[in-house]
Amino acid sequence: MSTSTPVQSAAGVRIAGLRKAYGENEVLKGIDLDVAPGEVVCLIGPSGSGKSTLLRCINLLETPNAGVIEVGGFTATDPEVNIDALRRRVGMVFQQFNLFPHLTVLRNCTVSQVKVLKRPKAEAEAIALRHLEAVGLGHLAHRFPGELSGGQQQRVAIARALSMDPELMLFDEPTSALDPETVGDVLAIMRKLAQDGMTMVVVTHEMGFAREVADRVVFMDGGVVVEQGAAAEVIGNPSQPRTQDFLRRVLDPTHVGLEAE
Amino acid sequence: MSMTPRQKARVSQGIQIGVFALAILLVVFLANWPLIIDSFFRFDKIGGMFPAVILTGLKNTLFYTLTSFAFGLVLGLVLALMKTASFAPYRWLATAYIEFFRGIPAILVLLAFGLGMPLAFGTTWPQWVNVTVALGLSSAAYIAETLRAGLQAVPKGQMEAARSLGMPHWRAMVTIVIPQAFKIVLPPLTNEFILLTKDTSLAYILGMMITQYELTSFGRNGITEYGAGMTPLIVAGALYLVVTLPLSFLARWFEKRSAQVSRPQRAKKLTATTTKEA
Ligand SMILES: Nc1ncnc2c1ncn2[C@@H]1O[C@H](COP(=O)(O)OP(=O)(O)O)[C@@H](O)[C@H]1O
Ligand SMILES: [Mg+2]
Repeated sequence: MSTSTPVQSAAGVRIAGLRKAYGENEVLKGIDLDVAPGEVVCLIGPSGSGKSTLLRCINLLETPNAGVIEVGGFTATDPEVNIDALRRRVGMVFQQFNLFPHLTVLRNCTVSQVKVLKRPKAEAEAIALRHLEAVGLGHLAHRFPGELSGGQQQRVAIARALSMDPELMLFDEPTSALDPETVGDVLAIMRKLAQDGMTMVVVTHEMGFAREVADRVVFMDGGVVVEQGAAAEVIGNPSQPRTQDFLRRVLDPTHVGLEAE
Repeated sequence: MSMTPRQKARVSQGIQIGVFALAILLVVFLANWPLIIDSFFRFDKIGGMFPAVILTGLKNTLFYTLTSFAFGLVLGLVLALMKTASFAPYRWLATAYIEFFRGIPAILVLLAFGLGMPLAFGTTWPQWVNVTVALGLSSAAYIAETLRAGLQAVPKGQMEAARSLGMPHWRAMVTIVIPQAFKIVLPPLTNEFILLTKDTSLAYILGMMITQYELTSFGRNGITEYGAGMTPLIVAGALYLVVTLPLSFLARWFEKRSAQVSRPQRAKKLTATTTKEA
């Protein structure tokens, strides 16, 4: 990423008393979470614990039922908030990539710059190419997403998000849909992004990545934050039984320990 | 004497071919060919129907098809967007419209506009307007359902990704969702066009002026005009096929192409133990 400009992430996130229910099913039961500008927070927890929902509330893909979310000066939970203006400053990377299959890789990265930020086409393409080269895919700019491997698609998705100059990046299990051998490339890009100073909230099951890159690890279960702290502590020496239980399962691939109980 | 399944199959196939050949021979030898040709295939008189059948009949058929399809497409798109809207009354309205016009024959709508309206309100619209509006109104109901299915076939993640990049809802629709939906609906939409081409024949019921004849009126009135028996109907039928068969091939080609291209590579779900939860 030597060619990319250093990120000056001004945006932090402040979440207080966040609640979200789907009908009777309360998925987030009062979440308090602050992310400082430039901080990298990894969200871990069993599936169904509300990690995706929390992430999607931050850029309002889901509408919270109660609580306050502030993102870099925007109060997301204010009914008057300009949703599109907020989202322009928040990049999101999905588990299933969600590239636009009818547009080339380059157009994937320029379409919103041109249509939303009103950048001239040439400028948008220069920016897009810079980010594509930074993820090692400049040579595939004129291909269509369907011609790329999963790992390549996810790297394009990251370049696409970065082309909008976000101040905060949200990642929802960005490597869970990838072939094992391509996971490393994507994680390397995210690591570099973290070093460049981007504020990041990452839902992941990659404990190695969380340990190495995260400033803070947050463990969620059943719609609440059960435990949070430095990666070494939450992953290396968890204090809560639910965290210990979860980590035992995740870190013990053969589940032998579980079976023995 | 017993036969292997293979032999049995061969014998049964032989019998079928024999029966089929016999049937053809009977038709060929027993049919009253002079009468058939005299009633349906007066090749000597076909020349006299040209170029009128093209310049009037085919031209008007295509004209009515295009205008009513354009009308139906615009109205159908509005209805499809209403049907997928979050505002419930829009959905109810669209549903009521679609169910109504799919539930009544198009010919009733045509009579309402071509005969009913002039009688009741003294409207004096040109006949092609009546045809366009009537067939457009009724085809819009089918087109709306086709478009709605297409819009909903675009994965939800596409809209979410577009919105996450700061696009307003309408922009995401126009730039991301509708172009993908369009590719999906191209084959069924072509089929709607074919159906509409044939439905323009209903205009025959309105008894139009000679310059407004479409293929069916041309064929029907040609029976008395050309003294060639049913030959004008055969000519009209052939010209319908000239339009519909290539479209039908086109629809199948669209179908094949959209099956190949633009299918996002299915991401392999990592089943490694790290993502497994008990
Ligand atoms: N759109 C939705 N409608 C109804 N229930 C949902 C929806 N999205 C998520 N849920 C439910 O919310 C819970 C938390 O989901 P999610 O946030 O995706 O968990 P995680 O990402 O931690 O696996 C799950 O029980 C899920 O079934
Ligand atoms: Mg999830």
